[in-house]
Amino acid sequence: MKNVNRILVWLMAFLPVSAFAQDVEMADILHENGKIYVVVGVIAIIFIGLVVYLITIDRRLTKIEKEEK
Amino acid sequence: MQKIGETSTQILGLTWWKWIAIVLVFFSLTAGMILDVPKLPILHETIRNLYYHVTQWFGMMIILTASLVYSIVHLAKGDRRSDIIASEGINVALFMGTLGLLTGMLWAKNTWGTYWTGDAKLNGVAMGMLVYLAYTVLRGSMDEEQKRGRVSAVYNIFAYVMFMVFIMVLPRMTDSLHPGNGGNPGFGGYDLNNNMKLVFYPAIIGWTLLGVWLINIRVRMKSIEEKRKMNW
Repeated sequence: MKNVNRILVWLMAFLPVSAFAQDVEMADILHENGKIYVVVGVIAIIFIGLVVYLITIDRRLTKIEKEEK
Repeated sequence: MQKIGETSTQILGLTWWKWIAIVLVFFSLTAGMILDVPKLPILHETIRNLYYHVTQWFGMMIILTASLVYSIVHLAKGDRRSDIIASEGINVALFMGTLGLLTGMLWAKNTWGTYWTGDAKLNGVAMGMLVYLAYTVLRGSMDEEQKRGRVSAVYNIFAYVMFMVFIMVLPRMTDSLHPGNGGNPGFGGYDLNNNMKLVFYPAIIGWTLLGVWLINIRVRMKSIEEKRKMNW
């Protein structure tokens, strides 16, 4: 019984440490219902826009290359 | 010089690997925001910068290595094409390096508390960038084509070695705040269940290919310019 108590005390001593580890502030709520997908959507639109622009530049360059030949 | 981008397989009018670049970067941008990351004090959600800031640096270093290879090929063969690729590679790498510095500064402000410190890694990067800026100055100062090609190729070899010593070797030999340097663990140590690698590695390949795409466009533009100059 004494040993069990001792173990319990030890465990309690370590409790705050593990609690601290779980208390790290993250955007948990944001990911649950905080519309993070709106942000992802905005990033996606910007990136797709840039890529479309890059593709048109690439195609125009291909056209010029063909004219040069 | 005409070979670039014309003999390769095209999908919807675009060379196949450019589609891979788009898909991989798109994946890392979206999945990197959504997937779970380790919960760590100080870093909090900024650990996601690992998907963007670090991968872009890695992409830049791969491009610098490729540029070095083309410089060596140019010294061996003396062809104009590898000279142009090597120099445009450095131009794109400098652009990516500037973005890497800016993103790193923003990250540092919110984790270390300051945009810039006299850290070995940071100063090393600044010096390394200057070494490569000197490459562009050196190149711009010479008109004679053969000489410019050879001198800048030789300088590129020195620049590469110096850059890698500045950012990879010296910061590891002294104290540094930067993860992976000065005895600090790299981020691999925090990623306990290897979840982050799912986004990290595709992002490296994606940024590298996107950089190669920019190089491709710049090389093709340069080729047309040179051709027009000769026909003058």
